[in-house]
Amino acid sequence: MTETVNGVAFLALAFATIGGAVMMLATRNVVHAAFWLLEVLIATAGLYLLLSAEFLALVQVLVYAGSVTVLVIFTVMITLRRREDAVRPFEPGWGGAIMAALFGGSITFAIAQFTSKMPAGTFPEKTPDVAAFGEKLFTTWMVPFEIASLVLLVALVGAVWWSGGDGQ
Amino acid sequence: MSALGISALKVLAALGLMLGNGVVMIYMLRKVLGHLHIRLGPMHVGWKGTLQTVMDVLKLLTKEDITPRAVDRWLFRIAPAVVFIPSLMAYAALPFSDTWRVTNLDSGLLYTFTALSLVPLGILMAGWASSNKWSLLGGMRAAAQQIAYEVPLLLSVLPIVMLVGSMNLGVIVEAQRGTVLAVIPRWFIMNPLFWPTFVLYSISALVETNQTPFDMSEAESELVGGFATEYSAMKFGLLFLSEFSNQFIVAALTVTLFFGGWTLPWVPEAVSNTFGPLTFMLKTYLVIAVMMWIRGTFPRVRIDQLMQLGWQRLIPISLAWIVISGVVIKVWS
Repeated sequence: MTETVNGVAFLALAFATIGGAVMMLATRNVVHAAFWLLEVLIATAGLYLLLSAEFLALVQVLVYAGSVTVLVIFTVMITLRRREDAVRPFEPGWGGAIMAALFGGSITFAIAQFTSKMPAGTFPEKTPDVAAFGEKLFTTWMVPFEIASLVLLVALVGAVWWSGGDGQ
Repeated sequence: MSALGISALKVLAALGLMLGNGVVMIYMLRKVLGHLHIRLGPMHVGWKGTLQTVMDVLKLLTKEDITPRAVDRWLFRIAPAVVFIPSLMAYAALPFSDTWRVTNLDSGLLYTFTALSLVPLGILMAGWASSNKWSLLGGMRAAAQQIAYEVPLLLSVLPIVMLVGSMNLGVIVEAQRGTVLAVIPRWFIMNPLFWPTFVLYSISALVETNQTPFDMSEAESELVGGFATEYSAMKFGLLFLSEFSNQFIVAALTVTLFFGGWTLPWVPEAVSNTFGPLTFMLKTYLVIAVMMWIRGTFPRVRIDQLMQLGWQRLIPISLAWIVISGVVIKVWS
């Protein structure tokens, strides 16, 4: 019973993720693309939820869907002079084609090369709760966590400096 | 009954509560605002106008659903659903009593905030799709507000999570059961450590739910009706229903976090458990009444003042308060 439900949910979410990504690239409207991005991010959160990674799914929705996408849409809307500018013509070029081919090739190569060598993961008996996750994060993974926050701090200070402040 | 059937029934119950709450709250809003303005509010339909909102719902359902020609058709159609669904999702983690709840989520507090954080995306979508300057401005304001105040909202409740040691809303309520010195309820609002928390939370929550004095996204005196201008009939109804529902959720969270949730002080546990859902609803509607009181008495602030308050005051203050309360909690325990 649970197997079937999970299977159906996985198929639906996988279709939503990949289909949304394709639609995001295919649509000619920048604002629509941003909303497709939102759909992809939420579907990905659903995939995390299927793996019982409750906290990761929530943070994915809160940070990526709730904040990053809002920021993207906000920026798109602010930089559009006129409403009609949202629709861009399709301009294929050799540069783009070569980039796409290179990227696609390297990803295909990487998947073919490395996935067979990786051991299949085992699903833990009981998924750890948020408290256990926090403990792990602040003991075993303390240094990477601090480095990540330092990088973010540098980015934050840089953004404030870049935008000029009050004097200019 | 199968697990799937029970879940479906629970979702339907949440939907029923959401719809019923909308009808009750619109009537309440009219009456409370009316008496604050020294007028009577609706009086003619039913006893003291009680049937007024029911009639309004019927009117909304039978009105013509107009789609203006210039709108972005797909986004215009989806937007009310994008506003409505997260609002419905937010009911899932609320504990109405120790047994009455949709799910018992381990990270219920984070879940509720996550659901609420999706609402402004729908508003932004509605604002853009309407292809109307006022609507777009309303949507943009909603987004700006949400980015600015989501951070202090989340940070402000962290001291409570630190003290309780859990994000499960049920556990947070259990921690507030009983009394101190046999008189004072053990509610977190009675704890001086959480007074700044309460102030920070209230301001951010009012902003997040677009409540007056922070309802910049639909300021009717400047933006006609904001993001909802081009919507009519039940699409408009859905937008407004989720607005009222969000207000209910924020009030319910306030009760859960600060006013002891479904528990009652001074009475035996069995009694307090029996009347759990009733207590919870009464407390929630009291908080809603206070929110309406604020709405009726404060003038709307300007958008730049609001942004300044969020970024330059609330975020640093809530960060500082997390550090202070962390130290206090550590020293005491």
